[in-house]
Amino acid sequence: MSCFRAENLSLHFGGLKAVDSVSFAVEKGEILSIIGPNGAGKSSIFNLISRLYEPTAGRLYFEDQDITEEPPYGIAKLGIARTFQNIELFENATVLSNLLVGRHRHSTTSLWQELLFLPNVRRDEKAHRRRVEQVIDFLDLAAHRDKLISGLPYGVRKVIELARALCTEPKLILLDEPSSGLNVEETDDMSFWIRDMKTELGITVLMVEHDMTLVNRVSDRVIALNYGKVLAMGAPAEVQAHPDVVAAYLGT
Amino acid sequence: MRFLFKTDYNDDIRLIPHSGYIWSYGALLALLLIAPFVLSSYLVSQLVFVCIYAIVGVGLMILTGFTGQASLGHAAFLAIGAYTAAYLQQMGVPFVVYFLAAGALTGLIGAMVGFPALRLQGIYLVIATISFALIVEEILARWESVTHGNDGMRVRAIQMFGGSITRDSPTFYYMCLGLLILVILGTLNLMRSPTGRAFVAIRDSETAAKSMGINVSRYKVKSFALSAAITGFAGVLFAHKMSFISPEMFTLQLSIEFIMVIIIGGVISLHGAVLGAIFIVMVDPFLTFLKDDIPGVAAGLAATFGAGVEQVASIKANVAAIASANGLKGAIYGLIIMLFILFEPYGIYGRWLKIKLFFQLFPLYKRATFKRQKIYVKSERNR
Repeated sequence: MSCFRAENLSLHFGGLKAVDSVSFAVEKGEILSIIGPNGAGKSSIFNLISRLYEPTAGRLYFEDQDITEEPPYGIAKLGIARTFQNIELFENATVLSNLLVGRHRHSTTSLWQELLFLPNVRRDEKAHRRRVEQVIDFLDLAAHRDKLISGLPYGVRKVIELARALCTEPKLILLDEPSSGLNVEETDDMSFWIRDMKTELGITVLMVEHDMTLVNRVSDRVIALNYGKVLAMGAPAEVQAHPDVVAAYLGT
Repeated sequence: MRFLFKTDYNDDIRLIPHSGYIWSYGALLALLLIAPFVLSSYLVSQLVFVCIYAIVGVGLMILTGFTGQASLGHAAFLAIGAYTAAYLQQMGVPFVVYFLAAGALTGLIGAMVGFPALRLQGIYLVIATISFALIVEEILARWESVTHGNDGMRVRAIQMFGGSITRDSPTFYYMCLGLLILVILGTLNLMRSPTGRAFVAIRDSETAAKSMGINVSRYKVKSFALSAAITGFAGVLFAHKMSFISPEMFTLQLSIEFIMVIIIGGVISLHGAVLGAIFIVMVDPFLTFLKDDIPGVAAGLAATFGAGVEQVASIKANVAAIASANGLKGAIYGLIIMLFILFEPYGIYGRWLKIKLFFQLFPLYKRATFKRQKIYVKSERNR
């Protein structure tokens, strides 16, 4: 059973076909990378999956369940988390409360219970906190726990976004350019974490990435896109050697 | 400087981080409790207004400060609370019942305003809430069978436990203070729970909030309802304090005063709502002072600098004309808002934090600590 499947997915802005009848499947437990030149439709696919865009045509399936009609917040509840290309953190909150927002889909308390802070709210909070602490451990964020996002450097924010996505305990995680803006060392760390997410936490990863070293190091399979169409799909080396892909990047 | 050593997750959850808070807030509470016995009735009356404004301020802080939805319609919510109380009191409903009913009704209407507001952002939302306030004002003036139109309504003293609580009694002051404390505690509880964090998430990035599984529309409506309900409760107390209510008391100017409460106090924290309320309530006595004393002071100054008798008289008349001019209050409000937004965007509370940090870090305080800067421009906003 595939973890996630897109069938003939299309997104048209007027005459522009940003995503043109793309079909692919993500197998459970694999790391699948989407590569392609700028404007190939990679981020559009992510925004379609997280339902920020409405697809023009096509269906999306998550664990064989049709999620094309799900509202954006429903996607996260199903167990799909994502990060953003240009970090979307809650700027004026601490790292801790950002991560706790990631726990939102697991919260069960009602407004009234929260206004009175009944014992069950406290119990829930502590349970959330425990899970968040595990993620903090996993991504080595302890030093930044109580800091405000607005005062943190870019590289750390990138990791916090990943942490927030992990706090939702996703089955599938969408990483939109996890290494953009990171230096060599930070990119190295990122690649280890992505591998660990797969091996230790059993999370399926779908990522958009430009850094081919990172793609080669972590991906099980690669999809190459251009002008909204799939050029090639397969093992990293295979795809990179594919004549159409070479043409798309270097020109003919 | 104090360093907190945390050994338990409860340390992050508790409202009182360390014992210093117990002493300072305990002392404040003690002072507030003995206030009616040591202060003049005028000052106690001012304290009651501070409480009422602060309750509205907390309500507005939830909506505007934490959820990021600006509203210039809170005078209307206050009016709905006040009129519900006045009307139900006339029908002979007991205080506790109409107090709760006023909050519930205002909350419901707040939720109804919240639904159309879902599609609006920023300045458009402000305009929508202004129009809501204008509509309510008009309804209050025209629906004479219920509101007695522009004649207004008299509100009798609160009848409870077989006695009556007049608007100048210490009991009434304690009721206002008690409600303020309850509202603040409830809000603090909310802000350390999932709902409060969802509010802040919506304020900072709706896109990210959505992809974290937050039903943005639902939480916005919740925020509107809660904010309105709190304002409705304040409205009941307001009606009793004024003992007479009429539509022209709930104008746009009042809504602006409420926004000023949180801007001047500081939109980053609930402290701001209380500090801002104190500030706003002090504006009126200050204006009276301007009217009564400033012309005399100016004339005296002119005389000491050797101005002639006629000159002194004309200076006195001119200053008096300016000090008692119509709309001076509005002009002063405008000036205050502008100055605060330009020079102290985090309000009085922000200034307090800076002063506190200065002493904590002395002599190592750096002036650039709070320098505002915008580091990353967000280019891809999926509104």
